[in-house]
Amino acid sequence: MLNYIIRRTFYAIPILIGVNLITFILFFVVNTPDDMARMHLGMKRVTPEAVQQWKEQRGYDKALVFNTEASGTDKFTQTIFAEKSVELFTFDFGRSDGGRDISYDIQQRMWPSLAIAIPIFIIGILANITFALIVAFFRATYVDVWGVIACVVLMSISGLFYIIGGQFLIGKVLHLVPISGYDVGANAIKFTILPVLIGIIGGIGSGTRWYRTIFLEEISRDYVRTARAKGLSEAAVLYKHVLRNGMIPILTGAVVVLPLLFMGSLITESFFGIPGLGSYTIDAINSQDFAIVRAMVFLGSALYILGLVLTDISYTIADPRIRLQ
Amino acid sequence: MTPRQILFSLSPLLVLLGFVLSVLFFGAKPVFLWTDVLIYILVLSISFFMVYASGKAHFRVPWQQVIRHKLGMVSLVFLMVYVVIGLVDSVHFREQVENKNTDSPNAEVIYDGDVLSLLDLLVEPMRIQEEKTYSAPFAIHLFSKETIEHEDGTRTREYPRLKYAGAHLDNPEDLAGDVTSKTLTGLFYGVAFWILLYFLTTIFVARSRSVSIGETLLSLLRSSDGVPWRHILMSFAFLSILIAVLIQLAPAYHVFGTDKVGQDVFYQTLKSIRTGLVIGTLTTLIMLPFAVLLGIMAGYLKGWVDDVIQYMYTTLSSIPGVLLIAAAVLMMQVYVANHPDLFETDSERADIRLFFLCVILGITSWTGLCRMLRGEAMKLREVDYVQASQAFGVSHFKIIWRHIQPNVMHIVLIAVVLDFSGLVLAEAVLSYVGVGVDPSMHSWGNLINGARLEMAREPMVWWSLLAAFIFMFVLVLSANLFSDAVRDAFDPRIRKQ
Repeated sequence: MLNYIIRRTFYAIPILIGVNLITFILFFVVNTPDDMARMHLGMKRVTPEAVQQWKEQRGYDKALVFNTEASGTDKFTQTIFAEKSVELFTFDFGRSDGGRDISYDIQQRMWPSLAIAIPIFIIGILANITFALIVAFFRATYVDVWGVIACVVLMSISGLFYIIGGQFLIGKVLHLVPISGYDVGANAIKFTILPVLIGIIGGIGSGTRWYRTIFLEEISRDYVRTARAKGLSEAAVLYKHVLRNGMIPILTGAVVVLPLLFMGSLITESFFGIPGLGSYTIDAINSQDFAIVRAMVFLGSALYILGLVLTDISYTIADPRIRLQ
Repeated sequence: MTPRQILFSLSPLLVLLGFVLSVLFFGAKPVFLWTDVLIYILVLSISFFMVYASGKAHFRVPWQQVIRHKLGMVSLVFLMVYVVIGLVDSVHFREQVENKNTDSPNAEVIYDGDVLSLLDLLVEPMRIQEEKTYSAPFAIHLFSKETIEHEDGTRTREYPRLKYAGAHLDNPEDLAGDVTSKTLTGLFYGVAFWILLYFLTTIFVARSRSVSIGETLLSLLRSSDGVPWRHILMSFAFLSILIAVLIQLAPAYHVFGTDKVGQDVFYQTLKSIRTGLVIGTLTTLIMLPFAVLLGIMAGYLKGWVDDVIQYMYTTLSSIPGVLLIAAAVLMMQVYVANHPDLFETDSERADIRLFFLCVILGITSWTGLCRMLRGEAMKLREVDYVQASQAFGVSHFKIIWRHIQPNVMHIVLIAVVLDFSGLVLAEAVLSYVGVGVDPSMHSWGNLINGARLEMAREPMVWWSLLAAFIFMFVLVLSANLFSDAVRDAFDPRIRKQ
């Protein structure tokens, strides 16, 4: 097991290098730092001095990959590639284009993100599985047919409308909770209820349908017939046998996204004014702060790879027949 | 292929040629945007695929099942309305502007800076009739009060009459009566048009089955041949009445109100249809060749090819999609800002951004399909007939074309139709984040984004949201239902049950 984890970590390195190269090419080769400086300083009437100063302040004034002016190994280390891209591997994100420490911002902002994302994740999965089991219990009846149609209808509504509708109904008409904002400690609860609720409702359509297919596939297996033949009630069959055997596909979908919960949700956080990593990213996109976007791309990829490893490990827990080698 | 089939598959080109010729006839200059050209290619390849697939049993049999699917066919009818609007909106041209100094003999022909489409011509009243600012659906007064100076010099704060909507009404109290009478007229035309459609369908079916028309007229309503004709005709009726009523009402009123700068919201949603369809279809068109080719190659050739391709898609899929799109679009914005001379008109600039968005969405979305195809190709290469062909020395290319490709096509087809609705929804979210289509382009995402800021207004400006909601919901719901029908028919695992 430990061997496996170590090997997987080594596999992750070429992938992260690839991600790094892609972001480097996207951010520095497609457009030179000069282009970015002009974009930031306003397109017209920018003096070369201002561009130079902007680049110096942010450390973009060096050569891209090979510094001809330096000597020895400095030829490679005194470059944008070494300083901006390679340093990401040490999870040293440096400073944003606005001059703030990115690592500090991430540490501060991940808690609000988690406060929203974890309840949505856990309650969402429980709700989806419950609904899917109910629909599977009544399979091939009108409950099933209409349940599936309801799922498709729910899936066809854009997530934006769930948020807008929820804010309007609960925040504006019923005045139950504040429409947006955030607070620390216990006060945070009244701000998190609405986003969490909307997040769960928004995911119910596709989630229930997905789990229903998994359960229906398991229901047609032989061991289910055996269980029924033993005289088990249908509820016991579903709950004890189908649910447990459906765990593998459920885990495949669920564990991968677990580490990504850190990153928060772009849309939810910005609509509800929650100071998490999602709104951090959106603000960075809108203010065209490339350093932050680059850091978030790298962090997201690293977390995704972590999720893949976690998925494999969770298999061994859910299904003892699987051995990792 | 028979000559008839070739003619059929080329028919979209002929229709297009007709459009372009008529544009030229009226002295305008045809404009081919990047996405336009790709749409033409897409339509052409779909019609070629239809001709190709109609000769293959493994496509014809499941397709018969789709045709018998009630919900699937009804949603196909709705989808077709969207597709027609989107296609009409994809023929662009620039109108000729009168040259002031016509005295000089070699006066240059000047064209208008606005790129228009055929749809713009069809709904011209809605495009031109711009009010001052917000107005509610069917309102004839502005949404906000203004100071009006009367002839006797007194000033009052009141809601002024709209410049265009309901301008033909002398008395504001006539509004309800006028709307009712226009609706009834539309209803009448709608029913008349439906009857025409009914007869045309009957003639079409009767001819293809070589039965008498009188017999078919009733058998259609009974859906006696398994095809849900009754449901199809019912959706025809619904749509033709709806469209006819709207044709009556839309030039005289703002059916979905107006937005902040007074533009008709209904016009904007109609224009958004093309954007949504382009994102949903072109993304797939762009990514499909890569996904299919690389997926099959990885699974079939194995070895280092497999390793390289696997590495490529693992790397790409490990970057969170929204962030990759955001990064790429940001970079493209910088590029466009630094090269303003490359684009002649604003529409062309907006269009290149839309095209680029499709490309980048395609790059982020091909990995799933590629992985599935790789797995399937790996299974297929061990099958006896493939092994036999290899033993006979058939080239890899030929084996892939003759044996692997037909056996994975159903996966491709299912993935294409399943992806569509997700992409349409993604457009709205991306535009909201600020990395979607150009802000000047009509799209549902931009419409929602603009309306969102007015949520806090009292009373609320809700009509833009409603319009975007209805149009998006109907499109995505029909696409979802249709793709379910296609999946049920083509997926062998489901078909067995």
